[in-house]
Amino acid sequence: MAKDSDKSVFQSSGPDIAFRDDPRDAAGKIAVFQYLTVLVFVFLVSGFWQLQVQDPERYSEAAARNRIKSTPLLAARGKILDRDGRVIVDNHTSYSLLLNREQTKWEHLPAIAAALQLDYGELSGVIRRNTRPQIIIKDQLSRDEISWIEAHQDESAYPEMQLIQSWRRQYPQGGFAAHVTGYVGEISENDLNLPQFSEYHQGDIVGKDGLEKQYDKILRGVDGQQRVQVDNLGHERQMETTQPAVAGNDLKTTLDLDLESVAELAMQGKRGAVVAMDPRNGEVLAMMSAPTFDANKFTGRISRTDWNQIMNDPYKPLLNRAIQAEFAPGSTFKPIVALAGLESGTIDEDTEFHCPGGASFYGNYYACWRHPPQYPGHGNISLHRAIRESCDVFFYNVANKLGIDRLAEYGDIAGIGHKTGIDLPNERESTMPSTKWKLRLTRQKWYAGETISVGIGQGAITVSPLELASALGGIANRGSWMQPHLLAGVAPKVLRVGHFNPENVERVVFGMYGVVNEPHGTGTTAAIPGVKVCGKTGTSQLASNKFLKGTAAGRAMKDNAWFVGYAPMEAPEIIVVALFENGEHGDRASWIVRDVLKAYFDKKERKAKGLELQTEIQDRLSATTILATHLVEAKPRQ
Amino acid sequence: MGYRAFKELDWPLIIVTLILSGLGIIQVYSATSGTKWEGAWEKQILWVLTGLIMMWGTAVIGYQSLMGKVLYLYCGVIGLLFATTLIGNKVFGSTRWIRMGGFTLQPSEFVKIVLILAIARYLVEYVRPNTTLSWGDLGKLGLLVGFPMALVMKQPDLGTSLTYIPILVSGVSMAGLRWKQILIISLVLAVTLPIGYHFLKPYQKDRLVSFKYPDRDPKGTGFQVIQSRIAVGNGGMWGRGAKESSQTHLGFLPVPHTDFIFSSFAEERGFVGIVIALVLYFLLIMQVVQNAQTANDRAGMYVCMGVAALLLFHVLVNVGMVVGKMPITGIPLPLMSSGGSNTWSIFLMLGLVNGVRLRRFVN
Repeated sequence: MAKDSDKSVFQSSGPDIAFRDDPRDAAGKIAVFQYLTVLVFVFLVSGFWQLQVQDPERYSEAAARNRIKSTPLLAARGKILDRDGRVIVDNHTSYSLLLNREQTKWEHLPAIAAALQLDYGELSGVIRRNTRPQIIIKDQLSRDEISWIEAHQDESAYPEMQLIQSWRRQYPQGGFAAHVTGYVGEISENDLNLPQFSEYHQGDIVGKDGLEKQYDKILRGVDGQQRVQVDNLGHERQMETTQPAVAGNDLKTTLDLDLESVAELAMQGKRGAVVAMDPRNGEVLAMMSAPTFDANKFTGRISRTDWNQIMNDPYKPLLNRAIQAEFAPGSTFKPIVALAGLESGTIDEDTEFHCPGGASFYGNYYACWRHPPQYPGHGNISLHRAIRESCDVFFYNVANKLGIDRLAEYGDIAGIGHKTGIDLPNERESTMPSTKWKLRLTRQKWYAGETISVGIGQGAITVSPLELASALGGIANRGSWMQPHLLAGVAPKVLRVGHFNPENVERVVFGMYGVVNEPHGTGTTAAIPGVKVCGKTGTSQLASNKFLKGTAAGRAMKDNAWFVGYAPMEAPEIIVVALFENGEHGDRASWIVRDVLKAYFDKKERKAKGLELQTEIQDRLSATTILATHLVEAKPRQ
Repeated sequence: MGYRAFKELDWPLIIVTLILSGLGIIQVYSATSGTKWEGAWEKQILWVLTGLIMMWGTAVIGYQSLMGKVLYLYCGVIGLLFATTLIGNKVFGSTRWIRMGGFTLQPSEFVKIVLILAIARYLVEYVRPNTTLSWGDLGKLGLLVGFPMALVMKQPDLGTSLTYIPILVSGVSMAGLRWKQILIISLVLAVTLPIGYHFLKPYQKDRLVSFKYPDRDPKGTGFQVIQSRIAVGNGGMWGRGAKESSQTHLGFLPVPHTDFIFSSFAEERGFVGIVIALVLYFLLIMQVVQNAQTANDRAGMYVCMGVAALLLFHVLVNVGMVVGKMPITGIPLPLMSSGGSNTWSIFLMLGLVNGVRLRRFVN
């Protein structure tokens, strides 16, 4: 038997007898083991089920995060161009330092902060608050910083550091047009919570003011991503898909760099604002505000000292006076009073009032600016002369006859009391007083005496330079008010149309022609040979002269000087408003307007003759260059 | 002997074993291509082939004669463990290997086989059938297992030393325990284990902590658990295939050919592959259990159940670790993980099981 023969092999050694027994009594226990085995396998399969079948996306994403190192490709922001396509705001390339959150070790931060002159507390705060996988911790790295980073970004030192190319916004030097262009900066925590910033992320650069803010969506590009496959040591293995950055769109504005630079030059060393606009379509040709600020300091993170310096400046350089300064228009309001008088039939062309240098209304004496003892007063005076020589007594009487509400009706048509709706953030609203206005504001009734001051643009009435340009631009445009705007290529928008007697409008316009071109005109400094310039001076009081005499408050309380000029008389193409704060008299603002107007008509002439535009401006963008080119032509005179 | 014995071998068991070994070799090949371990699959083929020969040899020699010489074997492995502490290779702060010629040997792996035989012999020789174990028996068995266990723990190699416990537990519970004993042992363990925790090395404590809270230190001790789970999840239902398994190939998965081979298998073959592999392991263990049921004597039954318990423990701990359901202990997956000693020890154990099979009709 086979079994027998096997026996000798199988039982060659060992204590056979002891092993020879029946193992069956363990059958129940073995069954228990089998059930246990089934349980173990069910347990293990369930583990895989959870990971591989229930939630595989979570883990494949985690695997992708392990494997893919993505580097942002920052999109360049669109340029801001003037109406001729010349660059106002540009970008230049720079390098930024990125920290990869995954690899960041806290103990590395002090060394990194020290090497890059960052505040450690600030840096750790930024990293703690930020939730993005990669955080830009410093922009605009210097050559030394770049070489330090390159030397220390290997495995053994600080592998979390990564250099990326970025763009730095380049604004014109010296704060040129800074209020219009605005500036960019890192998006603030507060903004991030607002619904309109829902598609923005922490650390994004966003327009903070001016056109940069208004047209952020046009200007900003879409950042791309470069994806590289890496191993566990961070070594790059192969390129994955690259999503290129899409640069932002250029923003073509209606601004004219030539006019802008003339305005900037004219206002050097002064406070105030200049606005130039095409009254036919509302295109803003120039807008400046002084004092100004260097927008370049705001790109990325502004230093604390720079910020404090700007914020503590008593003259508030960040304020865009062209749209945010609200001052009494002074005599520049008189054309509107005149139009109101004529249109309402209160006066006609020949209505005369007597100006002995002042007049009494409701028990108060109101002086004319030409008053004894220096001047004899205007004598008997009618509309044309009254505008030309800016007779206060004439307009006191007109206002008195009109009453505040009829005056406000015409002020309203001219847009006073309304924002112009220009495409810039934070425009302030002007004030056109009326009985309703006063009741709403102070719950008090209007006193007729208050109307007298409003008649010469004093009292509660306020305008910003842009609002004044818009208000008188509508009259220059023969009764249609166009919305001021800075974005080129948009269809002109009519704000309001005044259905006036054309003759009345011509009378007012002709009065303003007299201001500049006739003897005794208050704004003859604005005259340009060969161009029919119309204008109006304005001197708005900040405090009564009596008060001023009694104090040594000096320059700060001096009157503001206004001048509004437009040309040519028959069909104005350009209206310019200059506000010269504390300039004392309107004619001190008139030459500013004259320079801008002259630059406009000179340029037009050059264009008509087919001459080249000023190529030096096109080639070299720098405010100082632009200003220098105009130094010869537009010398300030006073 | 010869052809007849060859025919009588447990062929279903061997076929499952060969399939799993084959899967292992393929996975070692795929997981190590392009890494510093490239070529490990060739060695693994060598281990499996030599392992098969050892299996055959063990089957033919038989568990009974080996049990007869178990005292020498026991002394032999204890001697090797001492030798390891004296002349062993220190790798990763642990002395587990003895260099022998061109390769290294891990004596603690072979302790398993000796313990299976020793426990079986004790139970057969000193415990009468249909009785239960006395406290004295338990104490002696505890010492029998505890001595090599302490030596291995000292290396330190907690994982391998823990694999001796299922052998003991299997033997003891097959022989029979009273409920009272089970209760008392459970109580004693419940008290001593927390104390024992304090005697663990810091890295061992870290492993336990990171098992519970892997996200506490994702770059440090929790790293392996997290990366292994990511690898498994990344595999999804159908797997990423050998080329697209980024966790395996970009080095995020630690040791993808040894302890974490099942993670890499899971990433490349997906849930479907995993279920197939686990079914094979289930069949393997059930086949071993079946041999216990048909064993000719109690000794064969104890041997088979010891092997089954050890295999189950290995699969549970290793695969459980891969999905984050068990702490990281560093014990290999039988038949798939690459490595000479553990492959050989598994084949030797399967040789014992085959030996039981061959002798099932001998009476």
